[in-house]
Amino acid sequence: MNRDGEGTALEAVGLGKRYRRRRGHVLRDCSFRLPAGRICALVGPNGTGKSTLLALAAGLTRPTEGTVRVLGTTPARARERFAYVAQAKPLPPQLTVAATLRLGAELNRARWDRTTAERIAYGPEYGRAYGPEYGDTAGRTAPDLDLDLDPGPDLVREGALRPGDRIRSLSGGQRTRVALALAFGKRPELMLLDEPMADLDPLARRELLGALLGEAAEHGTTIVMSSHVIAELEGVCDHLFLMGGGRIRLGGDPERLLAAHTLLTGPARDLSGHTVVESHGTGRQLTALIRTDHPPTDGWETAAPSLEELLLAHLRNPEAPDLFTEEPEKADEGDEAGPTGGTGDPGTTAATGVTGETGETGEENVRP
Amino acid sequence: MVEYRIDRRSGVATYVQIVQQTKQALRLGVLEPGDKLPTAREVVEATAINPNTVLKAYRELEREGLVEARRGLGTFVRRSLGSAPADHTALRSKLTAWLDEARKEGLEREDISALFTSVLDEKCPEGER
Repeated sequence: MNRDGEGTALEAVGLGKRYRRRRGHVLRDCSFRLPAGRICALVGPNGTGKSTLLALAAGLTRPTEGTVRVLGTTPARARERFAYVAQAKPLPPQLTVAATLRLGAELNRARWDRTTAERIAYGPEYGRAYGPEYGDTAGRTAPDLDLDLDPGPDLVREGALRPGDRIRSLSGGQRTRVALALAFGKRPELMLLDEPMADLDPLARRELLGALLGEAAEHGTTIVMSSHVIAELEGVCDHLFLMGGGRIRLGGDPERLLAAHTLLTGPARDLSGHTVVESHGTGRQLTALIRTDHPPTDGWETAAPSLEELLLAHLRNPEAPDLFTEEPEKADEGDEAGPTGGTGDPGTTAATGVTGETGETGEENVRP
Repeated sequence: MVEYRIDRRSGVATYVQIVQQTKQALRLGVLEPGDKLPTAREVVEATAINPNTVLKAYRELEREGLVEARRGLGTFVRRSLGSAPADHTALRSKLTAWLDEARKEGLEREDISALFTSVLDEKCPEGER
């Protein structure tokens, strides 16, 4: 059994984006391919276009140049099959948690997975907390019934959501939980998550990350999540995109990216002939991160870099050449390749977890 | 049922940790032939590691003939790993003699450990059997 399915989850060719009010491009000539079934981390400094790239993939904004294809088609056509959770987790403030989930169910009738959505929203204890009292015999669970009934403090973990809570009363992390519940409930083939873990406490982070990966294990879901916390991604992702300078600078399986680099330590000496990502020395001693394409000569102490060392070295040195361990494939010619603002019905917007203020118009009005 | 504990800072590859912990459970009798290993989903939910890592570890265990995957049912233990300490008497006494010699030459505990690890890494690199 291998989770790598056939096909491509996300692909960009010559993708560019510039916002009217800003000078220059946020994205420029960005090309990459993400195979289906991967857990992909999108990392990079603030302002390097991670959110823009995800918004382009979600069809919330149009590219200035180039194309992006999602699940083999345009973002608009793929809309039913992917979920997007925006960084700000925009949700209707006046609704209760239960009503928000109900909205997700109504807008995704064909694919809604209620049990999963509720488990994410109310936590793994929800069955215990709400189950016995409400009973599930009529196919109804807590949210259909008395929304204000409190299951009691000993049954629900501190900070857990209750069906009757209104969105506007929730903390950032609790909103994240609701937004992720909507995304999970849709049972998407691809999840585009913009900084999904940023607001979460360590317990919720671990729980939701586990749930996310569990979902991927069970259904082969492709996950793309942006983050600037590098350490939390180690061991989680099996694909990595490092953004910088408006494009993807490193792309591929982290293990292969790591194998393509060597950390050298030794007496200061000429490194010409090697592709040097970074080097610094203290007079006699030199430490350098090089690409392993030409094995170093004798006399160096070599070590394998950690993922964090690799990424930080590239972040500090924007001049380091780009590296893809898998070449991005050229998109098929003439097959719906044009940028599109979306033809789906407006309702699906909210249910993808896309509740951005701009909706489908896709013009230049999405603020970065 | 075995529960895995992943140490992200250990420097040991995650799938190797799963393989090692499974073998340890087999040695200790925590897992016995016929027992089911947790599903990839269960491991991933509990540890927040990449699903492919679990599958890679299970494939490795299967390759070693310790477990077998039954389609649609899960992964099951085929045989246990019992090796009584008595089997190693000769090896143990040689190692003890070697250690005595090392002490005599003035090596300290950490020197010995470093030396042993370096030879161990050379002779049985990580990930090999």
